[in-house]
Amino acid sequence: MHLYRQKRLLLQEIVKTMMIRPITTVGKYIMLMGRTFARPERMRMFFKQYLNEMVQLGVNSIGIVLLISFFIGAVITIQIKLNIESPWMPRFVVGYTTREIMLLEFSSSIMCLILAGKVGSNIASEIGTMRVTQQIDALEIMGVNSAGYLILPKIVALMTMIPFLVIFSIFSGIIGAFCTCWFGGVLNAEDLEYGLQYSFQEWFVWCSFIKSVFFAFIISSVSAYFGYTVEGGSIAVGKASTDSVVMSSVLILFSDLVLTQLLMG
Amino acid sequence: MIQVKSLYKSFEGKDVLAGINATFDNGKTNLIIGQSGSGKTVLMKCIVGLLTPEKGEILYDGRNFLSMNKKEKKTLRREMGMIFQSAALFDSLTVLENVMFPLDMFSNDTYRDRVKRARFCLDRVNLIEAQSKYPGEISGGMQKRVAIARAIALNPQYLFCDEPNSGLDPKTSLVIDELIHDITTEYNMTTIINTHDMNSVMGIGDSILYIYKGHKEWEGTKNDVFTATNERLNNFIFASDLLRKVRNVEERELKKTKQV
Repeated sequence: MHLYRQKRLLLQEIVKTMMIRPITTVGKYIMLMGRTFARPERMRMFFKQYLNEMVQLGVNSIGIVLLISFFIGAVITIQIKLNIESPWMPRFVVGYTTREIMLLEFSSSIMCLILAGKVGSNIASEIGTMRVTQQIDALEIMGVNSAGYLILPKIVALMTMIPFLVIFSIFSGIIGAFCTCWFGGVLNAEDLEYGLQYSFQEWFVWCSFIKSVFFAFIISSVSAYFGYTVEGGSIAVGKASTDSVVMSSVLILFSDLVLTQLLMG
Repeated sequence: MIQVKSLYKSFEGKDVLAGINATFDNGKTNLIIGQSGSGKTVLMKCIVGLLTPEKGEILYDGRNFLSMNKKEKKTLRREMGMIFQSAALFDSLTVLENVMFPLDMFSNDTYRDRVKRARFCLDRVNLIEAQSKYPGEISGGMQKRVAIARAIALNPQYLFCDEPNSGLDPKTSLVIDELIHDITTEYNMTTIINTHDMNSVMGIGDSILYIYKGHKEWEGTKNDVFTATNERLNNFIFASDLLRKVRNVEERELKKTKQV
């Protein structure tokens, strides 16, 4: 009898963890987004917040985007040169492959994974701290739609800034690739340039932008959800910050698969 | 005036509020006192709408808050001001911007008028010199005063204070208490203060509601406290030796006055 009861409790716990909790979380997320996308109470306050967030989430990320893209662009060029070196392989292929990797995957998907760490944890911890220090309650008491006031400017700002970050990333990666030619002598710069221009398709740039805008929405909204629903103290804020990065990354990878198939399949 | 009628609230089957009835008059500082876990914070959160009770009525000058739609609640909330235990100032805004926030959000005044009003409120709490500082740069007492200035920026009819003296030294606590009391009488507001600071009880308790395990145990004024016969109230208020001595002196004084 005791064993039967234990089994039943275990089954209940499994159902709760595997089924009910994810459905509840998705439901809460949708409800929060419903509140977030309500008309702002004051447009002037919305635009003020929007500009602040563009600086905080977008402009302040330019440095890390440029740095990482530069080195990745350089490393990709060296790796490809080393691994496909063959008398049968045209030398411009290195430039062509570097461009395709940077354009199609790195500058949109991988860069957004990196930004999920930087921007996502920033959003989750900022909103989470506001929750535990009762700043969100203060907004609610005043009659302000706290979700709309705090989350909407972040989502819109990141979605606005992300295409610019993608452009910066692509150019920085290409500069990194050229640096391996100019300073490392890995490849002839003319061959690299020819490869970078070879069989260029403008649609790939648009694919990169479209994917990054989707990822920006995932990063900002998922992180905001985790921050907004924090209960407890500083440990809960830290957990929300970690959870937001993990969940955003998983969702980015999954949606990357779907979007790539939809846009290029 | 705020009236609470038969308010019930429970968490996971445990009753935290069990049919509370209370009336909070305007122009008075109404204190809610009780031990930790007695339900006073839950009661205040239900009154301001941060929690939804299972049963009961909350009447703001006859308007039932619980039966209002979202829009009506929003309108009513503009008549409320609240001072939180942690002050809950916005970290990214300066002191002046914090006080201006409700005005920016809801007032149709010009920028100049909004700044003027915010400076007036800061002046009222003697903090005009700190207007360009950030909350992290000022003391806890100053933060509470900024919270008071922000709460009165829109001329609210109802002021709620959740343990306004927590974390403050006795002298600063008195300043905060006096400020809240003065503002309440000056603007004829309905003020509800959640506290377990006995100095506040003795100093500004125009009306005191003692809650014990989710129900109303005692009601009276600061003068009634000394003659109250409720054992639970006496155990709570006169828990320290010092306060017991004060009560004995007060009782003797009262007896002498009666004899005379």
